Amino acid sequence: MSELFTSEFWLDYGPLLGKASIDTLVMVLSSTLIAYVVGILLAVVLKLTEPNGLKPQPVFNAVLGWVVNMGRSLPFIILLIILIPFTRTIVGTIVGIRGAVVPLAVCAIPFVARMVESSFSDVHPGRIEAAQAFGASTTQIVTKVFLRESLPSLIRGAAITCITLVGYVAMAGAVGAGGLGDVAIRYGYYRYQSDVMIASVLILIIVVQIIQSVFNLIARRIDKR
Amino acid sequence: MIELLGLGKTYQSKHGSFEALKDINLRIDDGDIYGIIGVSGAGKSTLVRCINLLERPTVGQVLIDGIDVTNYQGRQLLDLRSRIGMIFQDFNLFAQRTVLSNVLFPLEVRHDARSEALKQAHNLLKLVGLDGMEKRYPAQLSGGQQQRVSIARALANRPAYLLCDEATSALDSLTTASILALLREINRTLGVTIVIITHAMSVVEAACNKVAVIDGSRIVETGEVASVFAAPTAQITRQLLGLETVAAVEPIDAGETIAAVEPINAVEPINAGEPIGTPATQAPREAVDGDV
Ligand SMILES: Nc1ncnc2c1ncn2[C@@H]1O[C@H](COP(=O)(O)OP(=O)(O)O)[C@@H](O)[C@H]1O
Ligand SMILES: [Mg+2]
Repeated sequence: MSELFTSEFWLDYGPLLGKASIDTLVMVLSSTLIAYVVGILLAVVLKLTEPNGLKPQPVFNAVLGWVVNMGRSLPFIILLIILIPFTRTIVGTIVGIRGAVVPLAVCAIPFVARMVESSFSDVHPGRIEAAQAFGASTTQIVTKVFLRESLPSLIRGAAITCITLVGYVAMAGAVGAGGLGDVAIRYGYYRYQSDVMIASVLILIIVVQIIQSVFNLIARRIDKR
Repeated sequence: MIELLGLGKTYQSKHGSFEALKDINLRIDDGDIYGIIGVSGAGKSTLVRCINLLERPTVGQVLIDGIDVTNYQGRQLLDLRSRIGMIFQDFNLFAQRTVLSNVLFPLEVRHDARSEALKQAHNLLKLVGLDGMEKRYPAQLSGGQQQRVSIARALANRPAYLLCDEATSALDSLTTASILALLREINRTLGVTIVIITHAMSVVEAACNKVAVIDGSRIVETGEVASVFAAPTAQITRQLLGLETVAAVEPIDAGETIAAVEPINAVEPINAGEPIGTPATQAPREAVDGDV
């Protein structure tokens, strides 16, 4: 344990932990990014088609909502396995960073869709109505009102998504994705090198804290309410 | 000119249907400041929202400058709306945009040239008395200032018509007076025809030249403000003027009904029951004194 703070320890394990940290960040950020591209689209469709939305399609909305909820209730570890054929077709492998990003993103998509939808719902209906009254098209209302007015809330949501994904990345590490979770399990659990495990957990904690602080700072900066 | 011909609006909901507007016939001439007054739930907002088709009437026609717009769709509808300004009770400014950016919104929507739009926005902010506040955000403004921003925003597209849905209901009486003065000035200097929805006779008195009284989804009385005030014919008009009292139950949209007591003709309004919509302290009008 005290070895943790010696220079020998960092000389031995620094590169390993450094690479694992970068792998973790790459997996978290790329899957978050992909999840938001699809998740925002889904949220827009859900919001517009809700019964009193701008383009009401109650039946379609209910079906889509149901599919999204299904996605959310599927445990990540099951998703990881179910998606193996899909992952292999898309990125050609099911291991490493590329193999992990696909199930991570798929897992985050329904989560992101619901969170973004809820940020959209916080936009005061009166503002939507004002935009309509000035002749804004539905596309303009989406970009200039929904997205713009809920931006601070979207950024706070993105912090939650990233942090949740840090946890999932660690889990994916257990099945060969690499990253800090992988290191913690391989060295700490299988080789009883608790110092390496503790170091990786500490780094994970720091990563989470940094993500939270950075996103909070941005959200506070841009929120004008 | 805005004409509503045999307009009706029925809302369908799970609990059945509700007729929010019945056989509305109304003509608003160019240059008018037209007041539409009624108690909460009477159908005022529905009526004004039918004018820019935020609400689609179930029957009847909406004519703008003699053209039937009732069934406008797509681009035509958006163009029509951008030619009609609108302001709201709680202002509905965009919280994440500066004052300037709020005023630019309707111009942005129409892809107007940036430099032209900026000039127009600055001129309007000067007109509404908010020179120098361009960079502020709505949260940093008072209610009166926010309503001024929303007036500037509503005028950005140089509309011929301005719809005001309870625009002063969230403001104190002094601020209300200044906003109404601003609306009158806009009417006079820019020639904008204004429709004012309100539940307060004091607003009609201070700003309008014509008035329509709406009660239970129907228009029950219309005319020049002076003549309606001098000789109100409908009971609801007399109540709104504070000439008759009603049981002191604020009507709530949830279907609570007003229990009207025996009409009491009084020289002075009796404030035991608060006259709907008018502050209890409001003095009776002279015209009324002479009338009773
Ligand atoms: N979208 C809607 N669906 C069902 N009923 C509605 C809807 N909008 C308004 N109403 C009903 O129509 C009536 C008139 O509403 P509104 O025009 O908002 O009245 P006002 O503005 O005079 O207070 C109310 O009873 C209200 O409950
Ligand atoms: Mg209303």
